[in-house]
Amino acid sequence: MTGNGFTATGDVDRAESMPGTIDTSSDARHQAPFLSLHDVRKTYPGVVALDGFSIEIRPGEVIGLVGENGAGKSTLMKILGGVAAPDRGLIRIDGVDHDRLTVENSLQSGIAFVHQELNLFENLDVAANIFLGREPLHGGLLKLVDRTKLREMVLPLLKRVGANFTADTPVSELSLAQQQMVEIAKALSIKARLVILDEPTSSLPLAETEKLLGVIKGLKAEGISVIFISHRLHEVESVADRVIVLRDGMLAGTLASDAINHDQMVKLMIGRALKARTNTSEREAGAVALSAKGIRTAAYPHRTVDLDVLHGEILGLAGLVGSGRTEFARVVFGIDRSLGGELYLDGKHVLLSSSADAVATGIFLVPEDRKLAGILLDFAVAQNISLPNLSAHSANLIVSAASENTTAEAQKSNLGIKAPSVKTRVGTLSGGNQQKVVLAKWLAMKPRIMIFDEPTRGIDIGAKAEIYRLMQALADTGVAVLMISSDMEEVIGVSDRVAVMHEGQISGILAKDQLDQENVLLLAVGKAAR
Amino acid sequence: MNKKDIGLLILIVVVGAVVATINPRFLLPINLANTSNLIGLFGILSIGQAFVIITGGIELSVGSLIALLGVLFIDLIANHGMPWPLAFMLILVLGGLIGLAHGWLITRLNLQPFVVTLCGLLIYRGIARFYTADGTAGFAFGQNFPTLEFLTAGRTYGIPNSFIALLIIMGVTWVVLHRSVFGRYLYAIGKNEEAARYSGIRTGRMVMAAYVICGVLTALSAIYFAMYTRSISPASHGNFYELYAIAAAVLGGFSLRGGEGSIVGVILGTILLQELQNLVNLLGIPSSLNFAVMGGVILIGVLVDQQWDVFRAKRRLNKAAHSTPSN
Repeated sequence: MTGNGFTATGDVDRAESMPGTIDTSSDARHQAPFLSLHDVRKTYPGVVALDGFSIEIRPGEVIGLVGENGAGKSTLMKILGGVAAPDRGLIRIDGVDHDRLTVENSLQSGIAFVHQELNLFENLDVAANIFLGREPLHGGLLKLVDRTKLREMVLPLLKRVGANFTADTPVSELSLAQQQMVEIAKALSIKARLVILDEPTSSLPLAETEKLLGVIKGLKAEGISVIFISHRLHEVESVADRVIVLRDGMLAGTLASDAINHDQMVKLMIGRALKARTNTSEREAGAVALSAKGIRTAAYPHRTVDLDVLHGEILGLAGLVGSGRTEFARVVFGIDRSLGGELYLDGKHVLLSSSADAVATGIFLVPEDRKLAGILLDFAVAQNISLPNLSAHSANLIVSAASENTTAEAQKSNLGIKAPSVKTRVGTLSGGNQQKVVLAKWLAMKPRIMIFDEPTRGIDIGAKAEIYRLMQALADTGVAVLMISSDMEEVIGVSDRVAVMHEGQISGILAKDQLDQENVLLLAVGKAAR
Repeated sequence: MNKKDIGLLILIVVVGAVVATINPRFLLPINLANTSNLIGLFGILSIGQAFVIITGGIELSVGSLIALLGVLFIDLIANHGMPWPLAFMLILVLGGLIGLAHGWLITRLNLQPFVVTLCGLLIYRGIARFYTADGTAGFAFGQNFPTLEFLTAGRTYGIPNSFIALLIIMGVTWVVLHRSVFGRYLYAIGKNEEAARYSGIRTGRMVMAAYVICGVLTALSAIYFAMYTRSISPASHGNFYELYAIAAAVLGGFSLRGGEGSIVGVILGTILLQELQNLVNLLGIPSSLNFAVMGGVILIGVLVDQQWDVFRAKRRLNKAAHSTPSN
């Protein structure tokens, strides 16, 4: 089916009339789009997920796709992947119009996905992962895998993504960024023309992020298009030729290359401007709350961490992933035993042999992996919140549901947890609300030291702002807040001071007036700050 | 009682009605008393197993423990003249210590529950057989322990005291598992041990406690079984009892992954299993088919249960999609 008055140059860029979207000719702009969507609408019962959405994708174009959670990004991906059928609209690939794509259509058209949660088999090696199910075989009855041929096929792919690992490395030994390279190599192996990366950098440290952005540029140079979905706007800014902003299932705006900037994106995403620095507090930090002296962890048994966290401050703990930050936090929270060194709480030496000891002394941790360590998905909101403090909600060791619910109700309204009731299973809530439940659990008690490990990973901007507000409120009441973060905007925007870790040691501490991206980066890679 | 429990109860009643129609002897007081005695014996050890399964663990050594502790108990009171209350306590303590050892190996040395308790299964069976030189442990002619016999094998108003013991244990463990702080911890650990640890729960101790409870309840049922059979040949006594307990739990809605199940569920599971045993006897089905009938029913039960869950999840999804806009 063609016609319908659909032309490739119609009203595709709805936001053309918006300020800051003047189109300048980039190289890609000259080429005809090989894939376009026109006026696509997708509804799910009770919700319009995507409406009146149009996009053109040209060869070798890097498109940044941003929007808050629920803006319609995943729906768009599902449509492109052939998993969801649009209710209305056209999908044109190489001049052929489709009402919808099937998974086969999508694959044959060279659309490849690299999902946030990687789909690799950790027990297999790189080559096996890339050609899983498509292994070159020896002939004969047994159909053995032709390992030599497999290697020959994998090597050029690895070279193209600039891999610094070999084809026979087990995936379990690769870093996250390296695993993503494997996924991209997999995409290349099916001759992808469009690679869609969903939040690829959300759990990557700085250096690895740079590497990944380099790979994206490499793809672009080969004429492969990329859709780069990310909450990390400065990365989008650095790599995208064009940015498409989604809001509530609609196209909120398109930014051409020279108009891409952080403020514009945020403005379009949330429909209002966000203050650059969320931490505008003038509070004075108090005495030393937590003092770590010579702490050694299993990650770097021969290095020591010395760090003071003050009452009433947010101390950012920056550094590359694998620099030993999480291991340090686990020791302070009593999950792991330290290999040496001492902890002092308000000047008093404390011995923490378990997380129970830490909780009893008022040291709380909001862990990095929410679903693995933060919450019980099958427990109700109230039961999650009361879990660390059950003795306070019980008489004669019998739990009082009424007491649990009262506390949970208070926290629910205090934190603005969006849940039908405190009896709702936490697993049914959105990521941001789940994270608020983790917070509520500790706020319902009396925190002295709060440790946040990557507190806003995978959380939309609205919930992020709220979590920052809560952190500031905690610090205002004199709580010592230690925030581990790999998100540069967050580290600089939220902290009062920033300690940077490098290979198991604190490489430097930056006061407010020294706090900038360059200094954090320098310290993170083991150089001195300016 | 949740919907699953009610479904199971209806099944028990329906099966009972069918058996009673075909063979009215099912409802004779003597048959009901015998069956409820067996429900009492198996119920006690199944509750013990339930505590372990809630944590995501498994206890395979139950049958062998019942042989070993039963042999020891009878030997102590029949041959060594130990006063039975003392022997009774000693056996319970021993059961608790063995549970503690299992729990310690599992939580502190990070061994898998399956492996630890499988070794237990082999070790205790071997020791029991060695202890009696593969003979039979039993009472000498005319030996009597009236109070003990009344408590274990006796009846009150026609109700077997083992069944009454089960009711009491049910009541206590129901409160412990479903209302106490400890019970909540066990469910939390079973659902997500890491998250429980990150909430400041001493997960290792809690899991150990579950194995201790299992050990004590197993020891108690070992005494009941010993007094019920009055003579024990350790090569076969208690064989497969751990599997009866696991089967009862699974029938009763427990997940072997942990974190799911209830006391009422495991008891209903036990009742259904014993009813099936009784059915095989009463309906003249060759008793060699006993296990096959049980296995078949459990498989069907789990299948229905699973399909029911799938159906409910679908319905919930549809409802959610119709009522609330979500992202």
